[in-house]
Order: sequence, then structure tokens, then C-alpha cells
Amino acid sequence: MKLTMRGKNAIAGYLFIAPFVLGFLAFMAYPLYQNIRMAFSTVTVDFANDEFSMVWAGLANIQRALLVDNDFTQYLVAELISMGLLVLPVLIFSLFIAVLLNKTFPGRGFVRAVFFLPVILASGVLVGIETNNSLLSLVSEQIQNANTMRSSVTGVIESILVAEFGAGIGEGFIEYILAVVNQIYTIAMASGIQIVIFLAGLQTINPSIYEASSIEGATGWENFWKITFPMISPMILVVVIYSIVDFMNRTDGEIMEMIDIVVNRWREFGFGSAIAMIYFTVIALVLAIVGFLISRLVYYYD
Amino acid sequence: MTKRTYWERNTATDGYLLRRDVSRVLGNIFMVILLFGLCFLVLQPLFHQFSNTIMSRDDLFDPTVLAIPRFPTLDHFRLGLELMDYWQSLWRTLAITFSMSLLQVAACTLVAYGFARFDFPLKRFWFVCVMITILIPPHILRSAMFINFRFFELFGIIPLFTGGSVNLLDTLQGYTLLSVTAMGLRNGLYIFILRQYFRNMPKELEEAAWVDGCGKLRTFIQIMLPDAVPVLMSCFLFAFVWQWTDGFYSSMFLRSFGVMAEQIAGLGDYFAFWYIVSIGAAEGGLSLAPIALVEVMISVGVLLGIAPIIVVYLFAQRYFVESIGQSGIKM
Repeated sequence: MKLTMRGKNAIAGYLFIAPFVLGFLAFMAYPLYQNIRMAFSTVTVDFANDEFSMVWAGLANIQRALLVDNDFTQYLVAELISMGLLVLPVLIFSLFIAVLLNKTFPGRGFVRAVFFLPVILASGVLVGIETNNSLLSLVSEQIQNANTMRSSVTGVIESILVAEFGAGIGEGFIEYILAVVNQIYTIAMASGIQIVIFLAGLQTINPSIYEASSIEGATGWENFWKITFPMISPMILVVVIYSIVDFMNRTDGEIMEMIDIVVNRWREFGFGSAIAMIYFTVIALVLAIVGFLISRLVYYYD
Repeated sequence: MTKRTYWERNTATDGYLLRRDVSRVLGNIFMVILLFGLCFLVLQPLFHQFSNTIMSRDDLFDPTVLAIPRFPTLDHFRLGLELMDYWQSLWRTLAITFSMSLLQVAACTLVAYGFARFDFPLKRFWFVCVMITILIPPHILRSAMFINFRFFELFGIIPLFTGGSVNLLDTLQGYTLLSVTAMGLRNGLYIFILRQYFRNMPKELEEAAWVDGCGKLRTFIQIMLPDAVPVLMSCFLFAFVWQWTDGFYSSMFLRSFGVMAEQIAGLGDYFAFWYIVSIGAAEGGLSLAPIALVEVMISVGVLLGIAPIIVVYLFAQRYFVESIGQSGIKM
């Protein structure tokens, strides 16, 4: 029997992606399945005899995570709130920097290299290395307590601003802005890849559109909102999703650390799996909602 | 037409020219200050860490010394080099990271080419699987991964030969398996970038090769790969740098190899232990290392640990930044 062109193509395609298919089944799908099974079981591991066993435990682990454990739900809510507080500033900051870097000026290469440096500096073990050390974490709380608001320059400015304008605009709003300002380093550290994604997007916009609108008398400000922003909106979707995934999966996240402790120190694999399962269900839900909302606002030029 | 002075031209335009130029200059000054500040923001912690690490003990406890040490010393670095077993660790990490990144990028390229250029049943399904590996990183599946590699059976195939499961934790084999199957750290992202790149290459190249009787594998190796070298280089560099600092797979497979990521994370504790044993004991009794010194040693660990990748970054900065631009990520 002779194979058709299509058939040959299909076989060749499968041969090319074979490594991924095997890897995905063995190292992603299977652990995922195991994880879900373990979340509903009591797992006991006997390292001496190279054995482990799972006994069906129903919803016990899940109940423990959601109803019994003191920390988990708190961490989860705290994590979601700080994600909400960080993603918007990261989006604005990275778009702002990308627009700046899209102009030509002397030393642009250097500035670009500096802003991309966080991709290296904020990865792997380097994240939160100071808080991870057992000795330092003991004193970090004391240092925090000593560093009360009024002892620093920004603290004083903060208290003046809140006292002067707090009543007018609303204290909560000012507090949020100040919290963002205080976090500027975290924000810069979290926006390396995002800047590059935006930069790539900006470079695909045809310069003649700007030319035409400038001749019609549009200002830079109008150009930004009427041209740049709509044209870059597909990137906004990518950046928001990337930021959420990046934030939720950072290694010094509270839940990540909790999973690490539960699995590596307590050796409670069932409970650890249950936490992980709830956590990634929540992330998936957040991504689905955010993706749905933003994709309705995205404008596709072509 | 006679040449007019700037002021004449300015009055002729009703003051527009002056306003435009002044606002341009002010805008530029504002830009310079802003960019300087933002660059400083990113670099300051590095400067701070560096200046701390060359301070002697006296400088550290002297509140009048802020950034520039009065008695600069390299003692902390010397101690760090010794405690981290630096040169040994450096060569070992270089060898492991280099070979693993190479394997990963090779696997990712094959897979990406398959997705970009062939039609086969369930293609969309498998690509969704690639997205899943990006969205659910292995850190979350830590407990199942641990069990999976501790009692590795590969769907019950391995016990048929050995009669039991294999322990792949803390072995290079485990890590190699992950790398050749494009399942290493953030490999989904590389597949995505490379697929995007291959999709944008002209189809005529392959058609011409096919007409001339060139096989699919040969077309891929001889025609597609040479053009893709820059983007392959970018992916390789990303893989290299991210693996260098990665703590998750290092702690799973490379614990006994003393790779750099483990050494960076461990130096604070090594130092605290060393202090108790050597200095604390000499002073009589148990005295803990001063916090300031532990902090300095952690900075030493970070600086020594990332020095190689910073060098790589400085020389290959272009590849890092341009790769994503070339691929044109869109959703």
C-alpha cells in the first residue's frame, strides 16, 4: 500500500513532535494524574523498602486545606490580592518603558540591557534569597518593626500626603498609589520579559500611520491613545497572562513555599498535592476570567 | 530667499518655534533624569551588594561608612570561594548546564518544526498541551514529581526489566530524560518561540528542496536550521541562564553535584556553620555569626554565582532582547 502525501506528512509530523509527546505523557500528564489521585488519598512512603502506597481518603485532604488548615486559605487570598495589586502596575510600567525605549536616543542599547537584566536577576534561587536564609528570617521581622513609617523620607512624605489630601480623593486610593511607589523595585524586577514583548509589538506598528495622524494635527498624547494603544492591545493580553502566570509561580510565593515545606519537610504528599491542585485550579480560573475579559477589548488590525 | 535669524522665524510663526524647541529640550532633560533614575533603581541593589562585600568587618559595623569602604578587603570573597568550593562547582555547573541546554534546545527545535510545518491529526490538541506546560510549571506538581522520579516506572515498563522501580532522584539520567523530551525548565516557551519563527519562514524554500528530491529531515537540517541560528542561539542562552539559577530541578536531580544554584542558596548557611565551628569555638562556647556578616556572605554568594552569567549576558545581550521580537508573539 502506498501512503498519500497527507499520510506521509502526518507521520513525519508525529516523528518530529515525538519527543514532546513522550515527555508530556511521562513527565506532565502522568504527574498531573498522580497529583489529582494523591490529593484524594493518604500517601505513605517507605524510603527504606522503596515502596509507597496510596489509600483512598475521599475529600479529607481538600477539607483539611480549605477548612482545617489555618494558613492555606489566608495565603491563597493574600496571594490573589497581591497579584491584583501587582499586575496592573507591571502592565503600565512595562508599556511605559517600552514606549520610551522605542524612541532612538544615545545609550539606548545600554538602557535596554539594564531593563532586561531582571530576567536574570529575578530568576530561580536569586529570588528572595535573603528571606530564605534561616538566620536572616529570624531578624527580618524585627528589622521590619524597627523600620516604622515615620523613620524614612518616603514615610514622612506618605504621612503628609495622607493628611493633606486623604479627605479629598479618598485615603484608600492614595494608600494604593503609595504602595505601588514603594513596590517600584519589585515591579521593575517583574517586568523584564513584558518590556520586550511590548517593544516587539511597538516595532510592528507601521510608522506611516503616525506620520499621517501627525500631519492631521494629532498630538503625541492623542497618537498614543488612538494608535499605539489599540495596536498594542493583543500584546496587553499576552503580557497580563504572562504576568499572572509568572507571579503565581514565583518560587518565593507563600503557597509555593508552603507546598515545599509540606512535601519536602513534612513528607505529607497527599496534603501537598491537594494544596497544589486547589492552587492551580484557582490560577486557571483567574486566567480564564481575565483572558475572557481582556480578549473582548483587544483590537486586531489585520 | 534671504536667511532669517531664529528670532525672526520665531515671530513669523507666532512664537510656535520657540515653544516647540523649549518643550523638546525640557522633554529630553526629563527623559534623561527619568531613565537615569530607573536604571539606577535596577542596578542599585547590585552596587550595594558589591560595596558591602568588599567592606572589612570594621566598616560593616561603622555607621559612618555607607557605600565606599574605608578599609576595602577581599577576605569575604576569598572565604566565599573556599566555602562554595567555587572553581570545582563552576566547571561542573558549566558542563551540566551547557549540555542540558543543548539537549533541550535540540529537542525543542524538532518539536517546534513539527508544529510549524506539518499537518497531522490532533495537532491542536498537542499544541494545547504545550501551552499547558507553560501555564502549569512543574513547581506546582512537586509532590507528584517527587514520587514519580523516586519510584520511576514509566507506565510500568521498567519493572518488567528490573523487577522494581528506579530511583531517578539525584541522578543526571533523570535530568537528561527531561531534557531530551523537551520537558526541562520553561521548554514550552522555547517551543512556542521557535514554532512562531519557523512559521514565518517562506514555504518556497522547502518546496524547492522537495522538488529537488531532498528528504524531510535533510531539508530541516540543511535548509531550515542554518537560517534559524540566531533564534536558536537566543533560546539556548535563555535555557542556559535560567538553568544556571534554577533551584527546583537542581534540588531534585543535582543535589550531590554541588551545582552553582545550590551553592548560592546554601552559602549563608555554610558560613553560619563555619563561623560556629571555627571562630565561635575559638572565642569559647557557641556564638552565632553576626547577622551583618551572614548578609554579606549571601551577597558574596549571589555575586560569585551570577558572575559567569552576567558575563554571558554582557556579550550576548542582543540575542536575549531580540529573540522575542523576531518571533512576533501574538494571541
